[in-house]
Amino acid sequence: MALIEVKNLEKEYVNEAIVTHVLYNLNFKIDKGEFVAIMGPSGSGKSTLMHILGFLDKASGGQFIFNGRDVSTLHDDELAEMRSSQVGFVFQSFNLLPRTTVLENVILPLVYTSTPARKREELATTALNSVGLSHRLNFLPNQLSGGEKQRVAIARALVNDPAVIFADEPTGNLDSKSGLQVMQILQELNADGHTIILVTHEKYTAEHAKRILRIKDGEIISDELVANRQFATGAKELIK
Amino acid sequence: MNLLEQIRSVWRIIGRNKVRSFLTMLGIVIGVMAVIIVMSVGAGAQSLILNQIKGMGSNLIGILPGKADEKGPPASVMGVVITTLKTDDIKALVKDIPTLTAGTGYVKGAETINWGEQKTDTNFTGVSAEFIDVEDAPVERGRFFTEEEDRTAARVVVLGSSVAEDLFGDQDPLDKQIKIKKTLFNIIGVMKKRGSSGMQNQDNQVFVPLNTAQKLLLGINYVSFARVKVDRAENVDSAMEQMAFILRDRHKIDNPENDDFSIRSMAQGLDAVTSITNALKMFLAAIAAIALVVGGIGIMNIMLAAVQERTREIGLRKALGAKNRDIIIQFLVESITITLIGGIIGIILGILISYAVAKTAQGMGYNWDFVVSLSAIAVGCVVSVGVGLLFGIVPARRASRLDPIEALRHE
Repeated sequence: MALIEVKNLEKEYVNEAIVTHVLYNLNFKIDKGEFVAIMGPSGSGKSTLMHILGFLDKASGGQFIFNGRDVSTLHDDELAEMRSSQVGFVFQSFNLLPRTTVLENVILPLVYTSTPARKREELATTALNSVGLSHRLNFLPNQLSGGEKQRVAIARALVNDPAVIFADEPTGNLDSKSGLQVMQILQELNADGHTIILVTHEKYTAEHAKRILRIKDGEIISDELVANRQFATGAKELIK
Repeated sequence: MNLLEQIRSVWRIIGRNKVRSFLTMLGIVIGVMAVIIVMSVGAGAQSLILNQIKGMGSNLIGILPGKADEKGPPASVMGVVITTLKTDDIKALVKDIPTLTAGTGYVKGAETINWGEQKTDTNFTGVSAEFIDVEDAPVERGRFFTEEEDRTAARVVVLGSSVAEDLFGDQDPLDKQIKIKKTLFNIIGVMKKRGSSGMQNQDNQVFVPLNTAQKLLLGINYVSFARVKVDRAENVDSAMEQMAFILRDRHKIDNPENDDFSIRSMAQGLDAVTSITNALKMFLAAIAAIALVVGGIGIMNIMLAAVQERTREIGLRKALGAKNRDIIIQFLVESITITLIGGIIGIILGILISYAVAKTAQGMGYNWDFVVSLSAIAVGCVVSVGVGLLFGIVPARRASRLDPIEALRHE
């Protein structure tokens, strides 16, 4: 059974009687353990697709089946529960809470779960270890470099052991070295068995994934495995 | 997130914006402080008045001219002059009712009193010779005037203790003459210090015979009010009935509806005073409530600004799994924490100020109790939480309804 199955998925926005179609008749499956890049120019609908797959938005038509469950029928609280337990987000602009320590930022998703308080700190510390930031636990976001901030965001996305990690242009605000480091971490996480969905407009970044879904004007124009996959420094050895 | 964590996180937020949080709280601090002060000082003032009335004795009956309903004060209290009650009425009552031991009418006025170059502004009270029995008012030096002196409108005067001090200092005032309204009066006695009683400082006045006051000083033939003393407290009710009967007979009144007097026992007097002071307290509490509403609007304003300012945070929290309820609770806990802290500060300040007022009043010789009831503190707490809840709910709901995607895009 596929982890994600999308059938005839549609999305339209209605604003003062003006209907804007964003996604048309999308069909694809993503299995557990995949590393898929959704690639397309801005305005192509890739972010909207990510929002639907990440339970932040609802489709207007068609079906989205997650782990065998039809998501289209879920109401707001159930969607919040899915976000809390099934997915982790990494945003282009990090979205860390200011004036809140690194550790507390990573604990944040666990606050909305039933994880006991003591266990939360342990899980957050482990997640920060895995992105190489165990020495920054009590730093504030404004004391970190861009690359470090994004690694905190990755640790936050990891901390509730989600079924899928969504990364929305995760290297967009980073210099190339930090960007590479972030891609390396994502590849390592994928190698550890995490399913990763990367949203990007850059071909080079997309080629770090195993499979690319190209989307244009709300439609999938290609869905193929990456022939010459890019490996971020250091990640290659691990994956082999 | 459990409540304790919510409060800890709110505490951090408050700590980040100390000045703003303080200013936000200020409205609640002032409102709650006002409530506590009103309740405490109100209770203190009430105790003062009640203590004074009780201090005058529970077997006194007051007679006021003019009709009054059961609870409310008679018209004469409001400054309406009613001339129907006469000295002879009082004399007849004491004569005809065996349980009455003494009685006196009262007239009052304010005058400048001269002794040589010295002068002082004070009140004079005209009473009959039985005054000292009615009020248990002791004379310290000299004597009180006699019935004979009253009847003949003698020009004699008994000074209150502070008037004696003001005019004569260390000298002995007895047998000296003072001038009231250009008439010379012989000082025959000085009253013992009594403090204030019946809402009046008893020491800052002089006593002259009732007849003298009526004829020489005021030019009237009626009394403003009267008091009679009953031998035993249990006879008060029957004495009041007989008094009404006699007064109706004397004033030729057939129907009690048409009474031109009202008779009050001290117990009823207490009720009347209590109902007046309670009304006053309610009025002041209403003003305090306005302060709280203003404070509450301040809270709402700040919380709405906070929702605006933290839109991205709200979007992020929702993206990370927060339900609408979690966001509502977060913002409500925040507003309630701010108002509760403000409330607690207000309670503390209110208690301190009430204590200062009580101490000052006590220092001035008033029998003023420092009263902070648990109910006042409870009201302070409940009101501050209530204000937080009431004025926090709109911003909290607004926050919870934000679309996470839109919120995350917010700059």
